[in-house]
Amino acid sequence: MSPDPHSHYEVVIGLEVHCQLRTTSKLFSPAPVTYGEPPNHSVHPVCLALPGVLPVLNGHAVDLAIRAGLAAHCTVHECSIFARKNYFYPDLPKGYQISQFEDPICTGGWVDIPDEEGKGTKRIALTRIHMEEDAGKSIHDAAVAGDATHVDLNRAGVPLLEIVSEPDLRSPAEAVAYLKTLRAILRYVDVSDADMEKGHFRCDANLSLRPKGEAELGTRTELKNLNSFRFVEEALEAEIVRQAQLLDDGGAIQQATMAYDPSTGRTRVLRLKENSDDYRYFPDPDLVPLRISAEQIEAARSSLPELADAKRRRFEQQFELSAYDASLLTESRALSEFFEAAVAAYGPAKPVANWILRDVLQALGEQEREIDQVQLTPEALASLIRLVDEGRTNAKSARGLVPDLVAEGGDPEALVRERGLEAVSDSGVLEAAVDEVLAAHPDNREKYQAGEKKVVNFLMGQVMKRTQGKADPGSVREILLRKLEE
Amino acid sequence: MAEALATLTELSAALDAGDVSSAELVDAALARAEASAGRLGAFLSLRGEPARAAAANADRRRAAGERRSLLDGVPVAVKDNVVQQGEPSSCASHILEGFVSPYDSTVVERLEAAGAVLVGRTNMDEFAMGSSTEHSIGGPAHNPWDTERSTGGSSGGSAAAVAAGIVPGALGSDTGGSIRQPASFCGVVGLKPTYGRVSRWGLVAFASSLDQIGVFGRTAADAALLLEAIAGHDPRDSTSLPEPAPNLSAALDGDVAGLVVGLPREYFVEEGVDPEVLACVREAVAELERAGAKVREVSLPNTRFAIATYYLIATAEASSNLARFDGVRYGHRAEGDGGLDAMYRTTRSEGFGAEVKRRILLGTYVLSAGYYDAYYRKAMQVRTLLRRDFEQAFRGCDVIATPTTPEVAFRLGEKTDDPLKMYLSDIYTVSCNLAGIPGLSLPCGFAHQMPVGLQLLGPALEEARLLRVADAYQRRSDFHTRRPPEPA
Amino acid sequence: MAHITREDVERIAALARLSLSEAEAVRAVSDLEEILSYVDLLDQAETGGVEPTHHVIPLATPLRDDAATERIDPELAVSNAPSAKGTAFVVPKVIDGEEGG
Repeated sequence: MSPDPHSHYEVVIGLEVHCQLRTTSKLFSPAPVTYGEPPNHSVHPVCLALPGVLPVLNGHAVDLAIRAGLAAHCTVHECSIFARKNYFYPDLPKGYQISQFEDPICTGGWVDIPDEEGKGTKRIALTRIHMEEDAGKSIHDAAVAGDATHVDLNRAGVPLLEIVSEPDLRSPAEAVAYLKTLRAILRYVDVSDADMEKGHFRCDANLSLRPKGEAELGTRTELKNLNSFRFVEEALEAEIVRQAQLLDDGGAIQQATMAYDPSTGRTRVLRLKENSDDYRYFPDPDLVPLRISAEQIEAARSSLPELADAKRRRFEQQFELSAYDASLLTESRALSEFFEAAVAAYGPAKPVANWILRDVLQALGEQEREIDQVQLTPEALASLIRLVDEGRTNAKSARGLVPDLVAEGGDPEALVRERGLEAVSDSGVLEAAVDEVLAAHPDNREKYQAGEKKVVNFLMGQVMKRTQGKADPGSVREILLRKLEE
Repeated sequence: MAEALATLTELSAALDAGDVSSAELVDAALARAEASAGRLGAFLSLRGEPARAAAANADRRRAAGERRSLLDGVPVAVKDNVVQQGEPSSCASHILEGFVSPYDSTVVERLEAAGAVLVGRTNMDEFAMGSSTEHSIGGPAHNPWDTERSTGGSSGGSAAAVAAGIVPGALGSDTGGSIRQPASFCGVVGLKPTYGRVSRWGLVAFASSLDQIGVFGRTAADAALLLEAIAGHDPRDSTSLPEPAPNLSAALDGDVAGLVVGLPREYFVEEGVDPEVLACVREAVAELERAGAKVREVSLPNTRFAIATYYLIATAEASSNLARFDGVRYGHRAEGDGGLDAMYRTTRSEGFGAEVKRRILLGTYVLSAGYYDAYYRKAMQVRTLLRRDFEQAFRGCDVIATPTTPEVAFRLGEKTDDPLKMYLSDIYTVSCNLAGIPGLSLPCGFAHQMPVGLQLLGPALEEARLLRVADAYQRRSDFHTRRPPEPA
Repeated sequence: MAHITREDVERIAALARLSLSEAEAVRAVSDLEEILSYVDLLDQAETGGVEPTHHVIPLATPLRDDAATERIDPELAVSNAPSAKGTAFVVPKVIDGEEGG
């Protein structure tokens, strides 16, 4: 095993996340925000940067930006300025992007991430959050565009938040934890769907190394287009290895934009940053300053739902759940709400937690659904658990119903009846079944009495078979043990 | 009736009375435009068929007693940088050759809603950058008073079209004087409204914080009618004032008794101005005094910084506004297979004229790293000083009167070699745009047989006041009724 | 002291995606030099403590309802394009080494 390249270096990582806001229309035009449409089917003269067009700001996008800033504990500024970032690229139709520069809507802020040991949290500071419009798409794929490039402006003008962290992250694992936490926060406050596959949540990373104990930052490189958590972790690891190797060999890091190649597991230089780009930022004269009143900010603050952190602590306390279970149940607001509703319908929290974390989540995973897309209701789950409690069906049968309840809904009681899953608890039937099994496997009684307790499992299995799995295991075990000891 | 030089007001009344039809007016306008094309170069394109169809509709409405407004059925023209759906909009630039707009500017929508008939698109300096309408792919425009002289610019085509009686009214745009200066050179009324008064939706941007669409007419009354039709809040323009269109015609009561006219000493410096021009302006002011106005000297102390301030701000904004002309989505694209960057460079180098390139370079420099504070930010600060100058001056007067230009229309070709010299001739007009206040030029005499313009400046939102003063003056003078010589 | 050099002009021309011929570049240096020298005049303006004017009119921020009310017909969107394939714009490929954003 190769020596840990980190051991004599401290890793310093800062992340920039671009997150798509959940709006119906674009940031500065009334064109719809869509996904997967053919090229240029969701554009308007403003998106095309036709001569003479002008931007008008989407009020809902502002509301969402405020919510995000408050959820991340930022200072939300009552006055912020939109600025033009000037550069040429085919998917940037105006030749400039409307963004924010010196006066962003939010500054400061922080996000608490679970620390590496899983015991406490580490606070990651944010530098700023600002609003900007997305660019369109350039399609270089030869199969589509031959030896040219196709430009699709459907995405041009979609509202984004750029969230910049301080370089407080110290490992790829921390970076991923930060991204997951940030994503959960954004989803919690309904600011973004933050779906990485759809490109709603894009991450660029800045990474540098410095000898442990040194205060001065090393030269950093930038990694772009990291479009999954796994890629983020792998790419950062690869870049750490590269930089450590270079520094160990006495070389120097050059400022560059890097690309990660998953097939080689290595990063390579995409572009050297010799001069920093001159974007010639200036306040956009087509827009006036964005003024938000203190009242508007307070109203947004009161309308925020209970955030994940607070909810997790409350679940630990109120429902006496472990930190681990509480954090899983609060990962999404929808799941936490489902849980609480089921508890309200059922009573004790622990069994509900178990059923959700074990069976419901498994069904969700297999069916590739989110909790807000299920047919299973919290009341139905409560009812299902009660059926087992009352011995009306056994746990195994009940668990088997969960996938169907998730997919199609229904009343558990009715389903148990329809599928003949009622537990066989008639003692007469059970006694007879046990007798039959013992008769069929006579030597097991001696084996049991000689100390081989595990034959019970075998015999239990046989009884379950004979009762088509419907016998109540508890009762069967009781009868079996009694008869074995006779 | 000499329709050719009738005012918009007179033509509208004639339509109402049934003395003439819209079809006749429009046909006559188109015929005059075609006949004068070589001599004046006022138009870049004409739209005969759609205009005739619109005229027919206007006549039908009139017959049914359903005229939409006083503009209904009257032929007008718009500057080529004001887009119109289905019409070519080149902004007099090679880079936009062939571009047909798929949408209407707000002002075109409003003119058409009022029933006005748009007969064609007028000549201009490329992307409104110029003061002579010489930098145009359509060739220069010629002053109807002396075709060897410039119309002024950048809205020279619109000014010439009204001066020559091709149309009684036209739209232009004004960023540093581009309506007022050609109005002065061509002997017509030209008005630039308060910034934000008229929507910029559909105006191809030159300098976003300075541009305004404005109007040309033969009289203040005509200008009032046109401005009323196009002004007012537009939700598609974030810099649009919340006010609805003002009622301007009602302000034209001819009464200037007690009105205080301020004369800024910095604008009446002998050595900067042609003495004959100055004499006309002083006489016009004296006429206002005879009508009951009071005259007072005021000061606009930061005037000498105005040109530098203007050119830094305007070119900076322009350099960014013109980045969209890259050959990707519309307009000219250069041939060649040298890849994307080569395409950009060649397209833009082929597509833009020399003056536009010069301003893009200056503007890019002004915004570039290391220079932003020294140039752009500094200019924005001086802009504040210029605004304060006007606020201060208007505490002591109601309107400010100045010459519109230091000299009468220059000869074509006279200034094209020296950009700075051209820029300096804008000295009287640029401050108005920097401060965002309304400004108007009206004919007030002749010098060297060429028209002289009187400029009136007012506080923000006071177009009515400017038009009242202009109208009062026009009741007591006849320079606005003079006609350029007939073609030989 | 010169305000602007030939290197400056080359750099700005590159930023603005303009190709200048030798004659144009020489001319640009002298034009810009003349203009920037003139602009030195602003050093005399007393701007200490003066706020820049970015907008002459103080306006409340105009906001738009978040409704997808308009789109342009895709055929019309590319109708002015020098080169299009279906409803996509077509441009030459970026040759290696060129910058994007």
